[in-house]
Amino acid sequence: MAEVYRGLWVVAYRELLRFTQDRPRMVSSFAFPLMFLLIFGAGFSNIIGTLTPGVEFMMFMYPGIIAMSVLTNSLFAGVSIVWDREFGFLKEVLVAPISRTGVVLGKALGGSMVALGQTIVLLALAPFMGLTVTPLLLLKLIPTVAIVSLCLSSLGILVASRMRSQQGFQVVIQALIFPLIFLAGVFFPISSTPDWLQVISKINPLTYGVDAIRQVFLGDALAAATAASGREGIALGVTLFDHTMSAGEDLLVMALLGIVLMSAAIWAFSRQE
Amino acid sequence: MDSITVTDLVKHYGDYIAVNGITFAVPKGEIFGFLGPNGAGKTTTINVLCTLIKPTAGAATVNGYDVHTQRSEVRRSIGLVFQEPTLDDYLTAEQNLLFHAYAYGVPRAARKERMRELLTLVELWDKRKQKIRTYSGGMRRRLELARGLLHHPDVLFLDEPTLGLDPQTRRRIWDYILDLREREQLTIFLTTHYMDEAEHCERIGIIDNGEIVALDTPDRLKDAVGGDLVTLKTEDNAAAKRELHEQYRVQPQIEDGTVQFAVPHGDEFLPKLLRSFSQRIVSIGLRRPTLDDVFLKLTGHAIRNDEPSTRQQMIETVARRWGGR
Repeated sequence: MAEVYRGLWVVAYRELLRFTQDRPRMVSSFAFPLMFLLIFGAGFSNIIGTLTPGVEFMMFMYPGIIAMSVLTNSLFAGVSIVWDREFGFLKEVLVAPISRTGVVLGKALGGSMVALGQTIVLLALAPFMGLTVTPLLLLKLIPTVAIVSLCLSSLGILVASRMRSQQGFQVVIQALIFPLIFLAGVFFPISSTPDWLQVISKINPLTYGVDAIRQVFLGDALAAATAASGREGIALGVTLFDHTMSAGEDLLVMALLGIVLMSAAIWAFSRQE
Repeated sequence: MDSITVTDLVKHYGDYIAVNGITFAVPKGEIFGFLGPNGAGKTTTINVLCTLIKPTAGAATVNGYDVHTQRSEVRRSIGLVFQEPTLDDYLTAEQNLLFHAYAYGVPRAARKERMRELLTLVELWDKRKQKIRTYSGGMRRRLELARGLLHHPDVLFLDEPTLGLDPQTRRRIWDYILDLREREQLTIFLTTHYMDEAEHCERIGIIDNGEIVALDTPDRLKDAVGGDLVTLKTEDNAAAKRELHEQYRVQPQIEDGTVQFAVPHGDEFLPKLLRSFSQRIVSIGLRRPTLDDVFLKLTGHAIRNDEPSTRQQMIETVARRWGGR
């Protein structure tokens, strides 16, 4: 058990150290969501404006962008495994007296902490979106982002644990990342899409992560909008079999999936020679 | 007590047999070397001993711990320097060592002192705050040596410790290794395909195609060649060969236009030969056998000249690094 614990913290520590020393990565991981906000915001908010009473388009998209940034940062935990393998450092990790389980947990934790830090930086933009950051919001947001990013980090590590080259990993991740983002209701409410697309979106695990984060931000406004959706405007939440998911239920989906993915990642990583 | 014991070790990769039933032991405090061409099974053996791969059959212990069932105990008691670099390029030397110290649970009190001691020894103390990216190949190797010793291992594994380094740097690395062994009472297990490097070992296992073909001290291995080596060039090599065989009872061979044979006490044999040999001699040479000759005699082929493939590997590594980021 001591070896799981030591592996966890030493790997997470390095992950954070690497992130803070890698300026280009820090800048790009912040610039990317900012760019989306500016371009999509400027392009669409004049056309769409208010989605439903009380919810501006930008207020709707902003939490989605945060979720997107969590996704990309979390998947990075996986990239670092492939990097380490290519540049040899993974061997130093593999022969150390730390458990493989600890290494996987540490990578996931490191990835989540980076994602969490990123989220907090992005919160600086909240006032421009017409949202106020209250201590209560932070209290809800931090565990929500943590659960979502642990789940997605596990996905990245699972993919990475068998990958030999960065190129291979990039291809797989690109193939995953775009459908995950575009079909998760980041840019538009999924209830406004055709039925067949809705089915795909509801299978997409990121949908629930986006919804959970969005509910933390929009809270009552979202619920009110959904309740009023029959009369005016469109539903903004996720409806599964006529049941509108609450933030807690969304997180339960993420947590369960996270446990499955994490176990699979530990299994796949430990199996390698 | 033996630091390393290996019994009937076998490792298959699919149909490929990397190690084919080897048995040996290394007593505590010895410098033991595996000499053989690339692909002979040297690295595979190290990987089994350091618990990175599972053997197909057979058993091995390191410091009395079974490499299969007591992995953590084995890992804690060994230090490693791999063939390819295993440092984090984007961190400083100090950060690399700190990571290692944390991962091996080096006590806080000992950490600082030990890092200073080792960094001073390998002459990198002044450069400890530099990122590894800025380090040369020799500096990286020295840092890896220091890192491998940070947690006071009992056995140090060195897989081709000087591969790809220039001769001067190689000599420096060897000075450190010998110095370290004096100070730390280490058992050192190393692999190499450089003959001169193998000479530093107290005992050498010669390995070819996954099997140990000989295991002894360098001197005794060389004695087994049959004495000193004489290279003779005459106007009629075939006649010279016949005469040498009939009159002097040696086993000459014609190679590259010369007659070659081994003879005990060559320095005394040559004057006698010159006095009474009937063929006209063009040139004559005498030398002590090298481990190259030992290898040739035992396996029937020279250690393949690995330079092109080594260079190719380096080019590939460089290409990957450039393409990587």
